[in-house]
Amino acid sequence: MGADRTKLPTLGPEHPFTFPKIHRTTLANGLRICTVEHRQVPLVSVLALVPVGAAADPPERPGLAAITGDMLDEGSGDRSALDIHEALGRIGAQLDLDVGHDATVLGLTTLERYLDRGLELVRDMLIRPRFEQREFDRVRDLRLNRLLQLKDMPPSLADRAFTQLLYRHHPYGHLPIGSEGSLRNLMIRDISTFHRRAFLPARTTVIAVGDASHDSLTAAVVRAFEGWKAESGDPIAEPDTFPAPVPPATRLALVHRSGAAQSELRIGHVALARRSPDYHAALVANMILGGQFVSRINMNLRENKGYTYGARTSFEFRRAPGPFVLHASVQGDATADALREAIGEIRAIRGDRPVTRQELELGRASLTRGYPRSFETADQVARAAAQLALYDLPDDYFTSFVPTVLALKEDDVTAIAAKHIDPSRLLTVVVGDRDKILPSLKALELGDVADVSVA
Amino acid sequence: MNISFTKYTLPNGLDVLIHEDHALPIVAVNVWYHVGSKNEVPGRTGFAHLFEHLMFEGSQHYDRGYFHPLQEAGASLNGSTNADRTNYWEVVPTNAIDLALWMESDRMGYLLPALTDAKFSNQREVVLNERRQNYENRPYGLAGMAIVSALYPPDHPYHWLTIGGAEDIRAAHIDDVKAFFQRYYHPGNASLTLAGDIDTEMGILLADEYFGEIPSGQKPGPVVVTPPAPPAEDVKLVLEDRVELPRLYMAWHSPALFAEGDAELDLVAEVLSSGKTSRLYRSLVYEQRIATEVAASQNSRELGSFFQIVATAAPGRTLAEVERAILKEIATLLERGPTPLELERCLAQAEAHFLFRLQTVGGFGGKSDQLNAYNTFLGDPGFFDKDLERYRSATAERLRTAAVQHLRPAARVVLSVVPRGRVALALAGSRAVTVS
Repeated sequence: MGADRTKLPTLGPEHPFTFPKIHRTTLANGLRICTVEHRQVPLVSVLALVPVGAAADPPERPGLAAITGDMLDEGSGDRSALDIHEALGRIGAQLDLDVGHDATVLGLTTLERYLDRGLELVRDMLIRPRFEQREFDRVRDLRLNRLLQLKDMPPSLADRAFTQLLYRHHPYGHLPIGSEGSLRNLMIRDISTFHRRAFLPARTTVIAVGDASHDSLTAAVVRAFEGWKAESGDPIAEPDTFPAPVPPATRLALVHRSGAAQSELRIGHVALARRSPDYHAALVANMILGGQFVSRINMNLRENKGYTYGARTSFEFRRAPGPFVLHASVQGDATADALREAIGEIRAIRGDRPVTRQELELGRASLTRGYPRSFETADQVARAAAQLALYDLPDDYFTSFVPTVLALKEDDVTAIAAKHIDPSRLLTVVVGDRDKILPSLKALELGDVADVSVA
Repeated sequence: MNISFTKYTLPNGLDVLIHEDHALPIVAVNVWYHVGSKNEVPGRTGFAHLFEHLMFEGSQHYDRGYFHPLQEAGASLNGSTNADRTNYWEVVPTNAIDLALWMESDRMGYLLPALTDAKFSNQREVVLNERRQNYENRPYGLAGMAIVSALYPPDHPYHWLTIGGAEDIRAAHIDDVKAFFQRYYHPGNASLTLAGDIDTEMGILLADEYFGEIPSGQKPGPVVVTPPAPPAEDVKLVLEDRVELPRLYMAWHSPALFAEGDAELDLVAEVLSSGKTSRLYRSLVYEQRIATEVAASQNSRELGSFFQIVATAAPGRTLAEVERAILKEIATLLERGPTPLELERCLAQAEAHFLFRLQTVGGFGGKSDQLNAYNTFLGDPGFFDKDLERYRSATAERLRTAAVQHLRPAARVVLSVVPRGRVALALAGSRAVTVS
């Protein structure tokens, strides 16, 4: 007997998802500790979150936060840079240092039996970096070389131009890696000063998730961090004090790349912040428009027209309003057509083709039904807890996510799309071969094509 | 540490593996077909991968695209093709397991009736764009093609990369799809793993319900090749590309996946380039600062592997300096082998990497992918412990011996990738090579 092929199987009853319990402790020095038990595999993940990132770079020093983060594993306490990495290797640890716009996150995953050794390394990197001149010179050289290589990468050129044009004179107006000129002017004391004023116990959250009890996870973090002396650093500008970004001076910018086989596209504008009450509806709107394979934009540009290997949109949620942006790399001779189609889709969702019942259901379902798989590994759970800390969200946030999304209706989603996606404000950046695509770009009626070079 | 599993082979030849893990209400469905670009022939390259794309375009009983019903059910899904195998996976909420099995079985059994010229030519364009994006338009993106085409003779199926040649993709014909499907896409050439929130008995029943009706096919025989002889002397090539910094690639033939010496060379690669205290990183990037990055890898494959070292010269430094420094480190390793501390570090890292792979039930590299890999390549899904043992039992002397045997001087392919118009930056004696 075979399967019934006349119709798709119906889904069984849903299994509700509950985020595991978070235990919290605050040390006398102000440091916050979160622990979550995660007993599937004998591993543990530790994250240290400091809510200071590239947005805190002084305007004349873009890249300062990122290179400070990069220097944390280049010698600390009693250990040289090589000693740190030897110690990490001997406990099989995976180290991940990430400096974004809003935060610096130091993450480490290791075998549970090495929890104390892992935490001691995290502690030393975070609070006792040596910041030696010799190491700094080398790290800065590597960053400069990286910048040089990024000049050959269309996605990187596009991101840089888009960021700079979209957020002029704004803390989000540069990529975390910074610029060549700024990096060359940095001094080691800029870094130690920045570290002293930004990395304070009262700003820091340490999250430990893994194959141990809350009590032993907490005790291990306390042992590692209770000796960190509370100091009063300088205040760091909070995102709610950021100025409103100045609207871009151009609507269509072109970065010339001769002989490019494809054009790299970014289309978008400043949208909403992570804590906005419109967050959930914006996620659903994005799923429908360009947030998944079967979204309107990918189906149009990839599956219908074959212009691209893939096109997607996203809201980049940050502490202050981040961008709504479309990413795609399209066949060079289809550049103008792809732009016309993409912008047409963006216009239509809040115009003549509002969200349908069927799309709403698909968008809601994609976000909610697969939700539990975002919390499979210790590292994923730790990063989820870090979001709660960074954006100041309630502990039941993940558990209430599914019911909140399921309560949304078509009109809610269309209204949020209309409120937060505005075709008249779109900035379009194209990285491609000017000689081949300029005439067709001019025909798009997006105004003058501004030639942009990316420093 | 192991992955517990039950194996059951359906009468039509489909291997079914079930692994229970009830931590979350999700199930991974993972299918491997034992076919990849190594089953292609010259002039028809890139076809296995193009075919993979068509598997997402609908089948006879649900012909409206593969993604829609699954994403609506909350699935994540993907597929990939390499030289040796093609895999497809979904991770679904527990309540959508029937749906995922229905969809996977429909495309295993009933793909062809839904295939149209329009779908075929659309996906051919998508693949050409994938090729532009990931190879032609990416710095150093064509280096891999230059390396394999020099390592392997033209009639060896590792002579080309899985993406294939652009001309071959353009020349692909819809008629080829049918023959390919019948030869390689059937239960006898596939392995299905269900991992996660599912009971073993139920899993076997469901697998039988959905896949049992699909007719058996003949298992394609192994691809037989003459093992390529190592080059009699170094093959030195230069490729001009749109890059800022020259980069050096060095490649040697090495033992096949799971063969004697394979795990040892994996560890040799770790000694050479994993972490800042590895020999090459420490010497070239940290101390001498003549390179901006360096990576060594044992690229393990069924018919034979290759060991590769890649290093990018720092501005103002030459590839000749970089090569000298690499060869010096290799010579030291061949002479004295790794130190006890190095071995201890590499084994700790290897053990951790094994555990990292146990963290997810599905996706690329999760438990279901791992079970299917062992089953497809070895017929032994329980190989996890034995695989780990290959690493645990390695000794300094065995690493040294493997390196002496395989990282021989004058038996390499050495490729210099240099900025356009600056061929003088290549290693002396390099022959220009064109790849497109």
